[in-house]
Amino acid sequence: MKFTKFAGAVALGATLVMPAFAQDTKVIGVSIPAATHGWAGGMNFHAQEAVKRLEEVYPELDFVLATASDAAKQVNDIEDMVATRNIDALVVLPFESEPLTSPVKAVSDGGAWVTVVDRGLSIEGIEDLYVAGDNAGFGKVSGEFMVSAMPEGGKIVAFRGIPTSIDNERVAGFEAAIEGSGIEVIGMEHGNWNRDDSFVVMQDFLSKHAQIDAVWASDDDMAIGILAAIEAAGRDDIQFVLGGAGMKEMIARTRDGDAMIPANVTYPPSMIATAIELTAVGLTSTAPVSGTFVIGSVLVTQDNAAEFYYADSPF
Amino acid sequence: MLTADKNKHTKNMLLDLKVMGPILALIVLVLVGAALNGNFLSAGNVSNVLSRSAFIGIIAVGMTFVITAGGLDLSVGSMAAFIAGLMILVMNGLLPSMGAGWPLVMVGLLTAIVAGTAAGFINGFLITTMRIDAFIVTLGTMGIYRSLVTWLADGGTLSLDFGMRAIIRPIYFDGILGISWPIIVFALVAVIGELVMRRAAFGRHVAAVGSNDQVARYSSVNVNKVRMMTYIFLGVLVGIATIMYVPRLGSASSSTGVLWELEAIAAVIIGGTMLKGGFGRVWGTIIGVLILSLIGNILNLTDGVSPYLNGAVQGVIIILAVILQRDKKAEG
Repeated sequence: MKFTKFAGAVALGATLVMPAFAQDTKVIGVSIPAATHGWAGGMNFHAQEAVKRLEEVYPELDFVLATASDAAKQVNDIEDMVATRNIDALVVLPFESEPLTSPVKAVSDGGAWVTVVDRGLSIEGIEDLYVAGDNAGFGKVSGEFMVSAMPEGGKIVAFRGIPTSIDNERVAGFEAAIEGSGIEVIGMEHGNWNRDDSFVVMQDFLSKHAQIDAVWASDDDMAIGILAAIEAAGRDDIQFVLGGAGMKEMIARTRDGDAMIPANVTYPPSMIATAIELTAVGLTSTAPVSGTFVIGSVLVTQDNAAEFYYADSPF
Repeated sequence: MLTADKNKHTKNMLLDLKVMGPILALIVLVLVGAALNGNFLSAGNVSNVLSRSAFIGIIAVGMTFVITAGGLDLSVGSMAAFIAGLMILVMNGLLPSMGAGWPLVMVGLLTAIVAGTAAGFINGFLITTMRIDAFIVTLGTMGIYRSLVTWLADGGTLSLDFGMRAIIRPIYFDGILGISWPIIVFALVAVIGELVMRRAAFGRHVAAVGSNDQVARYSSVNVNKVRMMTYIFLGVLVGIATIMYVPRLGSASSSTGVLWELEAIAAVIIGGTMLKGGFGRVWGTIIGVLILSLIGNILNLTDGVSPYLNGAVQGVIIILAVILQRDKKAEG
């Protein structure tokens, strides 16, 4: 993890828990997308856990958590939070950047603290704190692992998520990392971060290509569909499948030495907890927490997999 | 006499094109696929495409009856996800007491059928007895089942116990004489559906109700009962489709079965069934399902089209298939 503007803010904040006598209650609104896929499910879990814990730690803070199934619903949620709860701070993981930019700007203009998570807004400078995942780094770490695992090069197929800027950044990072390494991408399709879609696409890749050396699944949900298709086809030319995001079942298989899943690349859904914690610190203490906090993507191998296994998380 | 003959001739031509439209589209797709990739007609690819068509196919046969009776069901995709989740939870829950084995698989299958029947009954009850519009009822149940499966899975994924997965897996991947079970079940459902629609009194009642429910009522057809039966029939088929689906990956989540309802409805309409009801064609629905599956398969097997445009290609082919069989009378 990388600190840009406020080294040690978390550690400092933790020691600065103030006694709650005679203070006004402050309200933090948390607006996140609903649990529509595995990663979002994990993110919802960590958001709820963080809120539960922080409500005990800071009696002077109140939390409002809303999950939205689409961007329009998220805009409504945020407007309701301002109108009915008069929030002092907003932690938002935007469903999409464009439609959420002006509603979040309105909250910021109204004087509330704004923390943006994962997906940036379209206009810079609205948020006080930006807790970001490193999508280009995610692709780069994945690509570098591919290069190191296949020193002689080889033929791979790659899976992409839902067409978004996140997906584009990851693929660009990956392609830059494998450039000139002798690794050839012979097929690239959208598996939409979905097991069933990836199963079908992988079946078709297997029909189309007689020799595939490895697969960049780029996501653990997609990796599960891909592995099922490979197993059903009985093909043994594929040496390994590289997933991503650190689903606990896949981390467990890496930890236990499964040769098909030698590694994983993190993109932790718990970054929402980082954002809520820092916002709480900012509201209750004098520690500065404004700026950008980039959560790096880390390569997980058998050696360090045990550190990335979260038994309680649904993801 | 001359004009009468001419009219009859034109009518036959139209009828032919109406019947042949979807078949022609399917043949063109098969030829295009074979020309673009040598593996397209390989046994492996054909088996893959037919097996993966089975989920939507089985549901679409039921949807043909619902639409023919003048109804609609938007809840089938969510219903399938919910039943899949329920099936997994029941099997995981009973695993310690029953042990891994075929008796437990049977309990799982029974769960799916019972849940499907119940879900179909609820839709049917609200639509017929409570007299609420089918679109609204099933839009409501669509949201309810989708939320329920998300809730059951705690926002994540429900996974079948690993030992059970090995036992249940053959339901999707094995079969008789190299033909996998999903294909066999899909074929059986299609043949029975076609026979019921064409030969049984029930099939004629469904068309009568969809064509004009007042006239059907005066002809002593129990309209509500016929409508109710179409929804229950569809619910049971969603249960059967789920039985085929769960063994494939052994998991269910909130992304299971997303948009299946629209694919099933599209297949029914491509097949020549009228969206406003009164006329249904089960074999046409089967052709429609195969057309939809083949488009995705061909796009994956070729490099020519940007993956961003897959949806556009699908849309164009769906519209073309329906244009081929449009009714001249509709143009006024």
